[in-house]
Amino acid sequence: MTSSVISPWEVTGRIGRYAFLSVVLAFFALPVLWLAFAPFNAHPTMATSFPEFTVENFRSLMDNPNALSSIGNSIVLAGGTALLVVVLAALASYALSRASIPGRDALLYTLLLLSSIVTGTAAMVPIFLLAFQLDLIDSQLGVILVLTGGLLPAAIFILKDFVDTTPRSYEESARVFGASPLQIIRHVVVPLIRPGLAAVTVWAVANVWGNFLIPFLLLRSPDKAPASVVMYTFYTEGGQPDLGLISAFSLLYSIPVVGMFLFVSTRYGFRFHGGIKR
Amino acid sequence: MTRVRGRNTGAVAADQDAAGLGRWRAGLFVLPALVLIGVFLVLPALWTIYLGATDFQLTGTAAAQPRIVGMDNLLSVFSGGGFAGSLLLTLEYVVGSAVVGQAGLGLALAWVMRDRRGVLRRVVDAVVLLAWILPNSVVAFLWIALLDRDSGTLNALLGTPGFGWLLRYPMLSIIVFNIWRGTAFSQMLYSAALANVPRSQLETARLTGATPWRQLWDVVLPQIRGHVLTNLLLVSLWTFNDFTPFLLTAGGPDHRSETLPVFVYVTALTGGQLGLGAAISFVMLLVNLVIAFGYLRLLGRRKDGAA
Repeated sequence: MTSSVISPWEVTGRIGRYAFLSVVLAFFALPVLWLAFAPFNAHPTMATSFPEFTVENFRSLMDNPNALSSIGNSIVLAGGTALLVVVLAALASYALSRASIPGRDALLYTLLLLSSIVTGTAAMVPIFLLAFQLDLIDSQLGVILVLTGGLLPAAIFILKDFVDTTPRSYEESARVFGASPLQIIRHVVVPLIRPGLAAVTVWAVANVWGNFLIPFLLLRSPDKAPASVVMYTFYTEGGQPDLGLISAFSLLYSIPVVGMFLFVSTRYGFRFHGGIKR
Repeated sequence: MTRVRGRNTGAVAADQDAAGLGRWRAGLFVLPALVLIGVFLVLPALWTIYLGATDFQLTGTAAAQPRIVGMDNLLSVFSGGGFAGSLLLTLEYVVGSAVVGQAGLGLALAWVMRDRRGVLRRVVDAVVLLAWILPNSVVAFLWIALLDRDSGTLNALLGTPGFGWLLRYPMLSIIVFNIWRGTAFSQMLYSAALANVPRSQLETARLTGATPWRQLWDVVLPQIRGHVLTNLLLVSLWTFNDFTPFLLTAGGPDHRSETLPVFVYVTALTGGQLGLGAAISFVMLLVNLVIAFGYLRLLGRRKDGAA
């Protein structure tokens, strides 16, 4: 294998491989370049070009009434949903792992199946009507509840795996010393399944942060809209789109998710178990 | 509470219930999650069936007292001109961008990069992943800028100023867009799968003079068949339910990129025909059900095979 004879196959193979990789690299990098340059360009256009450097675009971002508050709304929606998903999924997965509930596995698989079938897109109409009946139109709580319902089955599934692998002996000792089940969960189980909780949190936040359809469907007032919806209104509302504003806003809105993925991949190593995103 | 617990601990297997939860309290722990799932996931699914069978509308007399119209909605969905066309576009979108595009490019990338570590691999992985994790409405605008008629980067590179890609080739545009958007998933899945193929087998194939294509086809593919099927079903399901084309083309021009998710939105929310929209939703749920069952059967078979 260390022989110096290189077959013609290998030569063409090597050339082909580099050609292929260059094309792929260009294809994937090209659209993103705009996001890197336009925010700092004094006169941004649709085209990607090296900027005449400025931070003026970020100043106009500060002046826009909806831009910054929409990032705040995204934080509320993502944080609220992630918190609800993690707490409820942790409680449920712990109980499902430890107590013998009849038909447990069937229940879990049915829920998981349902959550992949009843997507926001396919169930758009009933979700809208449900929110209408429950008086949850134009309510951030409504968006949080709908998103939580969709994410919970997979979250329970993931967390139950983590709980299943923790030894029961710790809980038994804690119980001997008189700890209540809730205390045991808080002080014994939660520290043991922390990586699982972190994974579910990141997964939930990433899902909600980018979600466009549900808030677009359920929220009416511009001051409640999250960044995904405000971004869309920036480039679809009439007139010439303000490219300085749009580019700076895109960057600001993208940085948290990119940062989160960088954090996860350096801290835990980005292992792939069937996808962190739906 | 203690009384309840005392009565029930006997019923729960002692070795299972390490924290002394008891069946009642276990139920209480599961309940909040089940209620949310029930109200916001199961109920909408059931409601779809009811809505699809009524002439429900947002306003007017039909809004006050929806009538049961039975199969009429479903029939009018199938006979209406929009649905068949939209279904065909959706099929084109799923096959073109997910089954052929994402899965094909993902496998090709994983195969080409299988032995590489180093800078090139890290850079390629990073840009492919970046396209996957950026928020929907941001990537949609990045592509609107890239394909812009007057000053888009693509027209500047190709020397075709003034060519409106999104207007002339809306389907091709959203298909290429979705390949760009979603290849990361397939690439990662196939990279993980290829890492499990024994190196000795590839080496043997190479020494017997098999070309890389033959190695891939004869040695690798039979071993990662399960991963391929899993991948195809998942990306099909996601692409079938993808609402992002709405952000790029809003279904236009002239319904030419109106895939089913966009079609439902336009019919039910913009047009106010909720019954009709729900009937289309019903068909979508059925398609999702078929794909998901295929996936579950596959998982079951793989588990049996492993046992």
